[in-house]
Amino acid sequence: MINFIWAGLLIIGFVVGAFTGNLDAVTNAAIDNAKTGVDLALGLIGVMTLWLGLMKIAEDSGLVEKLARLLKPLMVWLFPDVPPEHPAMGAMIMNIAANMLGLGNAATPLGLKAMGELQKLSDDKETATDAMVTFLAINTSSVTLIPASTIAILAAAGATNPTEIIGPTLVATTVSTVVAVIMARVFQKLPKYQIKKANNNK
Amino acid sequence: MFVKTMEVISTYAIPLIIVGFIVFGMSKKVKVYESFTEGAKEGFSTAVRIIPFLVAMLVAIGAFRASGAMDLLTKALSPITNLIGMPGEVLPMAFMRPLSGGGAQGVMTDLITTHGPESLIGRMAAVMMGSTETTFYVLAVYFGSVAVKKQRHALSVGLLADLAGLITAVIVTRLFFGM
Repeated sequence: MINFIWAGLLIIGFVVGAFTGNLDAVTNAAIDNAKTGVDLALGLIGVMTLWLGLMKIAEDSGLVEKLARLLKPLMVWLFPDVPPEHPAMGAMIMNIAANMLGLGNAATPLGLKAMGELQKLSDDKETATDAMVTFLAINTSSVTLIPASTIAILAAAGATNPTEIIGPTLVATTVSTVVAVIMARVFQKLPKYQIKKANNNK
Repeated sequence: MFVKTMEVISTYAIPLIIVGFIVFGMSKKVKVYESFTEGAKEGFSTAVRIIPFLVAMLVAIGAFRASGAMDLLTKALSPITNLIGMPGEVLPMAFMRPLSGGGAQGVMTDLITTHGPESLIGRMAAVMMGSTETTFYVLAVYFGSVAVKKQRHALSVGLLADLAGLITAVIVTRLFFGM
């Protein structure tokens, strides 16, 4: 699916661009965004290094394991394939907590740490596990409690009560997260999404 | 009240985590400096590992956005979205949200300034912004960091969750603000 969407975005972009006379703009956007991608990744190096260092201290001291034990029932239900006291659990809890608080800078490194731990439990290193997909389902559906930058933009535009947006946003993001978790559960059982053992289909 | 509490938590969370980790580590006789540098070694390689995935995704999204294909899509689909009470003006926001966080914020800011922060369109865009995350970016970065290529149902699940969040945003905005 990712192959079709990726190709589709590029082909539609260039074909439509040629028809609408935006071809130069499309070419420039493609090249500029290649640079943006590298800038974004390099910009992560500092925070990645900081949080991976802190996480290692938390791991060596047993703190991550303690955290995992605290939320064990919920985490075991969400991620039945991950051993309850595995470091992946602690890292996922910290990533989700950071996302809820809107601490984007900390959330990404913690999330990537969690992915690294989940990868250690995976047999086929090129294929996503059920736990990875469920974890990313939670991440792609957003669990932020306060949409801080949206509130700031509303306030700047002259809204009298910009925080009134919080209630409806919470409802919408809760629905998207619940749907994400349920869909991850349902889809992982479908034949087309089964992990194929050591062959090179597709 | 809720907002105030959250603001306080956001301000103190990171300082508390940093100090807390170090103090707890020392109390458990962990050699904190050595542990830190040991873990931190991975930072550079993790960040560099996501570059191909991020570049691939951002280039495709950039080309699509710059082409004007979004306008065509909006024109074609607005009769359908009108049925669920979603004004055609908000449709680009719905399409942009899973593709690009910065792009969606740009569309939202434009809708809010054009139609006013207390308009249905402005509020709907604002609720949509927080209803879900940038699915394509998250999947590229997270799977890229561990070099997973076969993502299985991750994209379908992410996009369905986006759809659920966006439709809920439309309904809830109308209910909340009685429009």
